[in-house]
Amino acid sequence: MMDSGRGRLWRVDIPGGQHWSGIVRRGTRLRLTAQGPVANAAMLLYNQADRLERYNMADTLKAQHTALLGAGHVLMSDMGRVLAGIIADEAGGHETFCGVSDTADVRERYGATRFQEDRNARFLSGREGLLAELRKWGLGVADLTANINWFSRVAVDRDGGIALQARNVQGVSVDLYFEMDTLVAISTAPHPLDDAARYAPAGVTLLAKRMQAAGRELCRLHCAENGRAYANTQAYLGEGA
Amino acid sequence: MSDHVRDAATAVRDEVCAAGEPWVGQLRVGQIFRIVDLMGNQAVDTLFYATADPEVRYSAADTIRRQRQLYLTKGSRLWSSDGRVMLTIVADTCGRHDTVGGACSAESNSVRYAFDRCFMHSCRDNFLAALSAVRGAGGSPLGKRDITSNVNFFMNVPVEGEKLTFADGVSAPGKYVEMRADMDVTVVMSNCPQLNNPCNAYNPTPIRLLVWDAP
Repeated sequence: MMDSGRGRLWRVDIPGGQHWSGIVRRGTRLRLTAQGPVANAAMLLYNQADRLERYNMADTLKAQHTALLGAGHVLMSDMGRVLAGIIADEAGGHETFCGVSDTADVRERYGATRFQEDRNARFLSGREGLLAELRKWGLGVADLTANINWFSRVAVDRDGGIALQARNVQGVSVDLYFEMDTLVAISTAPHPLDDAARYAPAGVTLLAKRMQAAGRELCRLHCAENGRAYANTQAYLGEGA
Repeated sequence: MSDHVRDAATAVRDEVCAAGEPWVGQLRVGQIFRIVDLMGNQAVDTLFYATADPEVRYSAADTIRRQRQLYLTKGSRLWSSDGRVMLTIVADTCGRHDTVGGACSAESNSVRYAFDRCFMHSCRDNFLAALSAVRGAGGSPLGKRDITSNVNFFMNVPVEGEKLTFADGVSAPGKYVEMRADMDVTVVMSNCPQLNNPCNAYNPTPIRLLVWDAP
């Protein structure tokens, strides 16, 4: 996607297999861009003012009658509010019910590594990465709920069997517009269903810009449910509709 | 795993949970737990915690990804978030159970249906009440933070292409699901009070819960 430098706040290049967390302020557009053909960004989100309020996979999917996430969808909290809306999306079909790999999975699939020999090229799991970030903010295992896996699409067959769909996401972006100050934690470890023999996930670039309610209407008008979630959010923030 | 039908007369626990009520129970490793959908089409929202350490808890995402399967049925294992099998479904006359649809709450009702649907009883209220009686490490009660994605026994949430819908139940009066505890587990349930969608056929009804000692 084209982008001018106006309003730019910050940029972070998360290498593949690493992890990051930070506060994304209300009124920020956060663009995630895959740096290579196979990338995954496992993401969890919490209301920074009250981290008991967090992204809720089930509420997000059922309110929008969708199994996968794309442009026009919002990321809903368990309190019926909008943390962020997906205002643009070049990938589509992002899944949010497969979770993350753990240490044992990564060791079994890619082999054992440790810092002493492998330094920062060691193979981290999604769970290790997300927990490392959550613990910086006083959060932990109880806060590790079903995450979004950006850039990863899964197909569901008639009997409920699921499979990761291979696709090239190099240079592909997804834009989120934040409605609340949000703690965001990300791991760029491979998707848990990624069958690649080598541990070589691409990195993901985060680009934050301050913008005026950019693209919010796409999400708000997507369905009546989203309209009510935005109204709940505005009431919580002490704003008129 | 045998298809042997267990005799209710030999159960060590046999009770009815009324429509819309919470229920908490302890299962020891090896015990068999049966949930009976007495009148059909009732959703039973269920969370599991390791009794010895409730930080070890059921994880929908791990259960889905490890089996590459969205729906639960006989043979499905219920995994914890840290890679342990908590329970295994050993009998299932219904055939399909959900673990994506989550639990209803006042707040999600306001989003999904209408603002005034906030003032209706919900599974999250049941979970919160029930969890306040379950002690975590250090003796403090569990709470909202401990509510994670749950199992919905007897609930039908089909995914077709990219669409996810709440469909009329595949269950019917007397259908049941049985699971074996693979560790000591605490079961926290809400016999779903939702009146706004077909998950309970718009008519929440009681369920029967039975526990047998290890065969």
